[in-house]
Amino acid sequence: MPEPRNLTYRGAVLDALFTEMRRDDTIIMLGEDIGVAGGVFKQTEGLIAEFGPERVIDTPISESGAFGIAVGAAMTGSRPVFEVMFGDFITLVMDQLVNQAAKVHYMSAGQIAVPLVLRTAVGVGANLGPQHSQSLHAWAAHIPGLKVVMPATPADAKGLMAAAIRDNNPVVFVEDRMLYNVRDLVPDGEYVVPIGRADVKRVGTDLSVIATSRMVQTALAAAELAAQEGISIEVVDPRSLVPLDIATIVSSVKKTSRAIVVDGGYRQYGITGEIAATIAEEAFDWLDAPVLRMGAANVPIPFSKSLEPLVLPSPRQLAEAAAKLVRGT
Amino acid sequence: MQLIRSFEEQVRNLSAGGAVPGLVHLCAGQEAVAVGVCSVLRPADMIASNHRGHGHCLAKGARSDLLMAEILGRRSGYGLGRSGSLHLVDIASGNLGTNGIVGGGIPLAAGAALSAKRRGRGDVAVCFFGDGALNQGLMFEVMNMAAIWRLPVLFICENNGYGEFTASEDVTAGRNPIERGAVFDISSDAVDGMDVLAVQEATRRAVARARAGKGPSFLVCTTYRYSGHHVGDHQDYKTEEEVKDWQRKDPILRLSRHLQDEGLATSAAIAALTADVDAEVQAAVAFAKAAPLPAPDDLRAYLYA
Repeated sequence: MPEPRNLTYRGAVLDALFTEMRRDDTIIMLGEDIGVAGGVFKQTEGLIAEFGPERVIDTPISESGAFGIAVGAAMTGSRPVFEVMFGDFITLVMDQLVNQAAKVHYMSAGQIAVPLVLRTAVGVGANLGPQHSQSLHAWAAHIPGLKVVMPATPADAKGLMAAAIRDNNPVVFVEDRMLYNVRDLVPDGEYVVPIGRADVKRVGTDLSVIATSRMVQTALAAAELAAQEGISIEVVDPRSLVPLDIATIVSSVKKTSRAIVVDGGYRQYGITGEIAATIAEEAFDWLDAPVLRMGAANVPIPFSKSLEPLVLPSPRQLAEAAAKLVRGT
Repeated sequence: MQLIRSFEEQVRNLSAGGAVPGLVHLCAGQEAVAVGVCSVLRPADMIASNHRGHGHCLAKGARSDLLMAEILGRRSGYGLGRSGSLHLVDIASGNLGTNGIVGGGIPLAAGAALSAKRRGRGDVAVCFFGDGALNQGLMFEVMNMAAIWRLPVLFICENNGYGEFTASEDVTAGRNPIERGAVFDISSDAVDGMDVLAVQEATRRAVARARAGKGPSFLVCTTYRYSGHHVGDHQDYKTEEEVKDWQRKDPILRLSRHLQDEGLATSAAIAALTADVDAEVQAAVAFAKAAPLPAPDDLRAYLYA
């Protein structure tokens, strides 16, 4: 076994792209500024030098048309990885994503598959304002026929990107740009994390925090704070929203009897509600407290340095909410 | 063309009689475009069709019985009877499907052209769309990319004068739609869409360019839909003279006259062909009517690959 490498989250995704593109030459990439420019966050740096402009394709700023072309390419033997530069811009590709990519396998009774990855960067905290900071992954998770993946660590980011590329379905791969510089050990060479398996990121006994993407980091920090108060938090990372590993989540909640669901998307009609309701349906008799939801405040994300930090729950807020649930006060 | 005409006539009857679930959009009158274009294509060339697409499917090689079964919502159809007229896919004949979104198939064809270009076997892709799709922004985005990447794709506009229930001229700026291809330096041709030989000839040139790596083409085929937007549309927006004028230009009449004038076929041979085609369509209807509906287990099948 080769030694694992210490990589950033950004570097881990890029490592998956290099590894997979070397393995399979039907994989192509399309997106804005991904070629010569190397990506707005340097997340595609070096790909064009190795694979050339035939496989690393700079598109015009025409998200809808370019994504539609990627869908058509996926229907006919290519395996595109399409980059939507900011998660907010998935609104521009929704018709092609929802009405074409998600449905054609079903509509054609399996005659056509769409092996495609839509990768996009989301996340509050870079002072980018209301149209560049949203986390709209719930929109994709609402649509049958799509898979939605949200890695929280560099190793998961690499392994899930490889799995997403190898999957024969359209997969929406959501990266939080505030994780891009997080470093950790990442397996070298081909590495695949199966889509649809949650991961317990920290074992605990008093309360389960089901956290997605960057909120996993928040939950781990909250667990440290809570531990100082004598409260033991278990952190469960679903890693993919569709399919959702309900068994792992429910088994954690049955053990701890309390749950908080936390996600970087809006709390209203969001995925926290979906997961909380699932827990209520599957583990009601084991619960000692109501299931709590925490997410982004239901407002356009302000760019102001005084307001933006108020949008997402902090580790302290999460630890306090957990303490309240555990103590019942 | 007669197969399409006869097929559409049967669909109209079945729909009027309540045998077709939902709405159905017929292409009678527009046969020359589907047949003229597809007659030039090889099986490996892909088409992406639109909501008025039965003719495209048949012209590209779909089986009339499986097509009819799908339109009637029967399990033997191309999509297990779950998708219907707006979502007819037959990948075996190179058909990415009819489409319920106006303009939705345009980027899919361009994507198929991107795959074809990478494979390097000279395959091309074709999208069929109406004049209504000319006003979708997607159209311009895709034309731009097809031009800069020299994709082997044909943009085939079937200009039948109406976008749904509204006259095209009431909602479309510019003197001539052809200019919309010209701004992207895409080879653009105005074609008599009621003349199958003219469509075939223009397509032959466009396909040759595409196979030779010279990029996309745009054909605006002037044609007419005899039916309304869908079966049941009373078509109050059309005048009787207008309909009669176009019926005089009927593509099937025109071709049969041409064949007889040139001594290429006798009227008896044409009548025999028509009878054969009618029999095929009757058989398709019988097959479809006898086919079972989808079973409850089919509800979730093929959601994921």
